[in-house]
Amino acid sequence: LSPDALHAAIVLAPFLALPFAAWLGGRGRRGAALLACVPAALTAYFVYLFSAVDRTAPFTATVRWAPGLGLALSFQFDGLGILFATLVVAIGTLIVLYAATYMDGNPRAGRFHVSLFAFMGSMLGLVLSDNVVALFVFWELTGFTSYLLIGFESERREARRAAMQALLVTGAGGLAWLAAGLLLSQIAGTGSLSEMLNGGVRPIDDPRYLGVASLVLLAAFTKSAQFPFHFWLPNAMQAPTPVSAYLHSATMVKAGVYLIARMTPLLGGSLFWTGVLMLAGGLTMIGGSYRAMLETDLKRVLAYSTIGALGVLTLLLGIGTPAAVTASLLYLLAHACYKGGLFLVAGAIEHETGTREVSQLHGLRDRMRWTAAAAALAAASMAGVPLFFGFIAKEQFYAAAAQFAPSFPWVWIVVAGAVLASAFLGAAGFIAGVGPFIGRTSAAAEHSHEAPRAMWLPPLTLGAVGLAVGLFPAFIDAPVGLAVASVVRAPAAVHLAVWHGLTPILGLSLLTLAAAAMLFASRETIRRVAWPRALRTERLYSGTLALLDSMSRRVAPWLQSASLRSYLLVVVVTAVALVGTALATRRILPAPSRWTPFRLYEGLIAVLIIAAAVSAARARSTIGAVLSLGIVGYGVALTFALFGAPDLAMTQFAVETLTVVIFVLVFRHLRGFGDLSTKAVKVRDAAVAIAAGTLITTLVLFISASGTTSRLSAFFTGTAPALAHGRNVVNVILVDFRGFDTMGEITVLVTVAVGVRALLRIASERRG
Amino acid sequence: MTSVILRTATRVLMPLLLLFALFLLLRGHNAPGGGFVGGLVVSAAFVLHAVTYGVAASRRALLIRTSTLLSVGLLVALASALPGAWTGRPFMSAVWGTLGRGEASVAIGTPLLFDIGVFLAVIGVVLTIVFTLSENDPAEG
Repeated sequence: LSPDALHAAIVLAPFLALPFAAWLGGRGRRGAALLACVPAALTAYFVYLFSAVDRTAPFTATVRWAPGLGLALSFQFDGLGILFATLVVAIGTLIVLYAATYMDGNPRAGRFHVSLFAFMGSMLGLVLSDNVVALFVFWELTGFTSYLLIGFESERREARRAAMQALLVTGAGGLAWLAAGLLLSQIAGTGSLSEMLNGGVRPIDDPRYLGVASLVLLAAFTKSAQFPFHFWLPNAMQAPTPVSAYLHSATMVKAGVYLIARMTPLLGGSLFWTGVLMLAGGLTMIGGSYRAMLETDLKRVLAYSTIGALGVLTLLLGIGTPAAVTASLLYLLAHACYKGGLFLVAGAIEHETGTREVSQLHGLRDRMRWTAAAAALAAASMAGVPLFFGFIAKEQFYAAAAQFAPSFPWVWIVVAGAVLASAFLGAAGFIAGVGPFIGRTSAAAEHSHEAPRAMWLPPLTLGAVGLAVGLFPAFIDAPVGLAVASVVRAPAAVHLAVWHGLTPILGLSLLTLAAAAMLFASRETIRRVAWPRALRTERLYSGTLALLDSMSRRVAPWLQSASLRSYLLVVVVTAVALVGTALATRRILPAPSRWTPFRLYEGLIAVLIIAAAVSAARARSTIGAVLSLGIVGYGVALTFALFGAPDLAMTQFAVETLTVVIFVLVFRHLRGFGDLSTKAVKVRDAAVAIAAGTLITTLVLFISASGTTSRLSAFFTGTAPALAHGRNVVNVILVDFRGFDTMGEITVLVTVAVGVRALLRIASERRG
Repeated sequence: MTSVILRTATRVLMPLLLLFALFLLLRGHNAPGGGFVGGLVVSAAFVLHAVTYGVAASRRALLIRTSTLLSVGLLVALASALPGAWTGRPFMSAVWGTLGRGEASVAIGTPLLFDIGVFLAVIGVVLTIVFTLSENDPAEG
């Protein structure tokens, strides 16, 4: 195995593990927990890659895919990609461990693990792809696996609806990226992202820049649930909780953020880019975090707070300074730790109490001690309590916003917004991570007890990581620095510290914390008086779907009349009109130069065919019509035989024979042989038929009499024996020269046979 | 449908038709014939059989389910396309070898396999349609 192929195999390892996922996933929690070895090993490898890339340089691994089209399956291993990849597999390890117990006993557990691993592979491919088309494919694959996972409980209507909504919204974004990627490839002259990034391509100077940037942002905003496309994310909470934690909090929804970060060196720096990102990010940040506080379902609280956090990430990437990019990546990591943890805690709570409603959940602290500890760690990090990872990320966030501010005074609004949103988010963290555990024991909590170990250990691990990084932030200096360097395209030294002295930023942090605690304490009052409660941009989605529906209802009957006769009429009339007009106006028919002598038996066959055709049209019984048609076919086959086409003749004879049999069988299903057409319709049909016949006859007569010989037959008879070892040109063309056509044709035939069988089976079931 | 003439004719014609179909399939590359027409002839033979002895008997005589023929035919055709791709050439490139030696040698290649796939798929298609149609008797239902 070459190193390139090896790296491709590593990226695709979750896909390679799919058979194991199907096998072990369905064998109880011990079997399924074994699956965690795959992402665990990958985590170790990616952590190692950080040091390797730090010493050498980012590298790419390419496996040829379709060289003729310039497509390669190539992966790029740079700081940004590896950081995301590590996140995907590290959180993935914990999720697989957790899901093994969460899904234990579910008869469809095997399918669940297959979808989960397919998602993991797609996500790895997405963040490491070096080719715009491959990135698109993996992007859509994450959307597709997300569809399967959201709709996992497919017997529930809401789950199916939410799955479809997420698929349509993020899928549309994927198409936007495909268009953007192809335009970028045109501008850069390469489809490779690393070549674009290293080649000094400046799309900003290109007239297509605005289109590319808008499409990229559309893709990123739909995937990362930015306003006004955010509505699909809370609905996606129909998914099993491990999925919500993994896809809809820690990884997939960050794909849009990844795309923005990846495109920043190419597209960033314009007023459009900065403005749209800051506006959308800011609105999403405020709206999402505000709404998170108003929700009462644990998972919806977390979903809206995820939207708020995604807004923060977008806003920071919009600011785009090295400090802001650093802050964005730190925030992303911190968020993945605490929000993933809180989701897993919510799953454990629901698992033990059967509810996610915060008003019914109190006083769980003594019954679920470990879960409570995990929740407390996560909530503390989310609120930005000093000595936690979340605190460091938020400090950087404030610092980046404040550093940007002096040059643009209005940006102070951004700082104020950041503090406000962080306070909302902190309160949401307390609602999800503290509320259920304090106070007097509620009725729902009374019969609960501690969740199984595999369900509190993963969130506790995430919480502990959040605390460890908060205490020793220097530990992640190097990896984050590498990732930042691949966004700002310059060496970036990141030095994180717990204590920065008594700065204004620290004051803001403490203010935020106090505000969050106050909001949490008065959460019930806020929920009562809050206005506006929701913006309902989801109406955009349902409106678009309704519009599409009504449009197709109006257009489809025109195109799909379900009447064979009108289809035939359209086809024949169009052909006659186009060809006839061309013949009449362009005079392209060669003048006849030689007429072949006419033989008696040829005339007899012609008369036979005409007589049979007239008889078929005037027949009074089905059998009469079928047999007459058969005679027409045999006559044509005879003509083939006489004019030197034995292959065609043979096939035609066989086909005609079988057609008669099939017609007879079909006609048994029809009631009699009615006279259903009016006189006018018959005259119209006769006119069309005669016109088509006349046209074809004229064409054939003129062409065969023109004396021009085809160069194709000489080419094929000349090359067939040498290239294809065959002297029967017809068959050589069918199975070799134009084999692809034949492949398509037999596929169509098989599809037709399956369709006939299915339709008849339905018909016979209807009859009972 | 139990005419003695028909039954006798079927008994004699069936083997001849099947042999002829095989002959058409194998010689197709150099002389008139090929998988498509071969498949049609086999189908015609079984349609004749069905007309004489009834569909149930024909299904038994066919030994393979028609739906299996459909998928096997397509898969064989697809399989014939792979060797080209494996040897680093475009998908569906023909790969040829020689069977026998000297005067008695014959070139054998993936197009033959493809033709066999077409042959099987065509039998499957025609017989699926004919058998289903004749089993679905509206008079009986």
